[in-house]
Amino acid sequence: MLELKDITAGYDRRAPVVRGAHLTLRPGESLGLLGPSGCGKSTLARVVALLHRPERGTVTLDGHAVTGFSHRAPRSLRTAVGVVFQQPRLAADPRLRLRDLVAEPLRATGRRTEAAARVGELAERVGLGADLLSRRPHEVSDGQLQRACLARALALRPRWLVCDEMTAMLDASTTAALVAVVEDYRDRTGAGLLAVGHDPVLLGRWCGRTTHWNEIVKD
Amino acid sequence: MTPPATPPPVLSVEELSVRFRMPAGRYVEAVTGATFALAPGESLALVGESGCGKSVLASALLGLLPGNAETAGSARLADGLDLLAADERTLARTVRGRRVGLVPQSPAAHLTPVRTIRSQLEETVRELTGTRPPALRAAAEAAAERAAFPASHLDRHPHELSGGLAQRAATALALVGDAPLLLADEPTTGLDRDLVLRTVDELRAHTRADGRALLMITHDLAAAERIADTVAVMYAGRIVEITPAAAFFGSPGPRHPYARGLLDALPERAFAPVPGAPPELGALPPGCAFAARCAAADQLCRTRRPALTGGVACHHA
Ligand code: SF4
Repeated sequence: MLELKDITAGYDRRAPVVRGAHLTLRPGESLGLLGPSGCGKSTLARVVALLHRPERGTVTLDGHAVTGFSHRAPRSLRTAVGVVFQQPRLAADPRLRLRDLVAEPLRATGRRTEAAARVGELAERVGLGADLLSRRPHEVSDGQLQRACLARALALRPRWLVCDEMTAMLDASTTAALVAVVEDYRDRTGAGLLAVGHDPVLLGRWCGRTTHWNEIVKD
Repeated sequence: MTPPATPPPVLSVEELSVRFRMPAGRYVEAVTGATFALAPGESLALVGESGCGKSVLASALLGLLPGNAETAGSARLADGLDLLAADERTLARTVRGRRVGLVPQSPAAHLTPVRTIRSQLEETVRELTGTRPPALRAAAEAAAERAAFPASHLDRHPHELSGGLAQRAATALALVGDAPLLLADEPTTGLDRDLVLRTVDELRAHTRADGRALLMITHDLAAAERIADTVAVMYAGRIVEITPAAAFFGSPGPRHPYARGLLDALPERAFAPVPGAPPELGALPPGCAFAARCAAADQLCRTRRPALTGGVACHHA
């Protein structure tokens, strides 16, 4: 289970963008969270991905109450959640070749030896040609870079995936392709999904259930 | 009796090609042989995936290509000026903002963060129309009004605006010079659906009412459907289909297999991706660039490049 209780979070203590949010996801469930831009849904996605410490409230992940966020999150929990953001260019170190970008989480968790084989397998799953792996971010398109970011998110076989506007910059075909990769991964592993976005048609087609921002926050 | 003269196109692009010189004498063929024309009042949506060359085409029209770019062909405005041949001085003084208005991709990034919308509008009005105080204030307010930007928000900074108002501020700036051609580069990226519709409706109104022409570059097919009279689909640097929007989105639908696949990928349709990946623009195959992904590909497709005839570039359409 993934549970958020009464989460208040933001970047300005006096004006938190998230106020009193509640959310529950059962294992294997996919939930689409709809909301207008600027409503705070991206901040909430970062809380779920354990990247942002809320000011108030509790996050419970598979029975563990999360006490540390970002670099303070315990490794066992951090690796349980994979996350993909809207803008691959802001989420990728421009100096890294795609191969190393995808391998980042494996290296960070001491699985160097596995990395080479695993990166090849991941690249194939997300539809990233082997020749692209030696390129750096500026040498590939947004769509190709987002494929690499998705591969990175799947590298540690997370039990939960958070996709924050993953396809907002992408064309229809790349969107459908990346959603298919996520769904194929979930079919094989039973991972749960929180997909955050602003397009009801897309999230309605993608997710088992959708909810609106207004329904999960207080007032 | 002589028939009424049809007005000349606002923009007429012929065989426009852009290639980038790379190290080791390689070339990347970003745009090849693009040909289309825009009539007064017409909106054309240029669609395709990221990396297909559509943004390079836009940059070429504005003279904003990097130094290693080589262009061929022509892109003429109604008065005969060829945007590809014009020097930087001409482009800066008489084209950008004056003959071609740019509606940017990310208004938040395009607007200067430390200055109010009023001060940015006044500066642009002054620069493009020569209006001086005391008339400047009213002129800037009129410019805001044209894009439905509320006067009550003129003294705000860009970060104090909603996404929709920031987009209107950017549109107001693009309209100041009364340019006959508007170029909108992914103007709806990251906007909510309601806002996408409103933004494109407004752009369309500015185009129709004043006999301008609009070239909108987008990956968003819903935005394209809402705004376009004509749709051009780009694949691997070429326009592979150009057709009236009603036929494209309605019946009989797209004729090029890639265009069909792209439309079918929408979540309101089959939600199935076009299989495979586009070829590298630096290593295009000899025949049709879509052959490796096309279910209808045969020997002819793999050896001969299909020309754009009758609005579609496909041997078997
Ligand atoms: S020319 Fe051949 S390969 Fe290319 S789109 Fe047409 S049928 Fe497919």
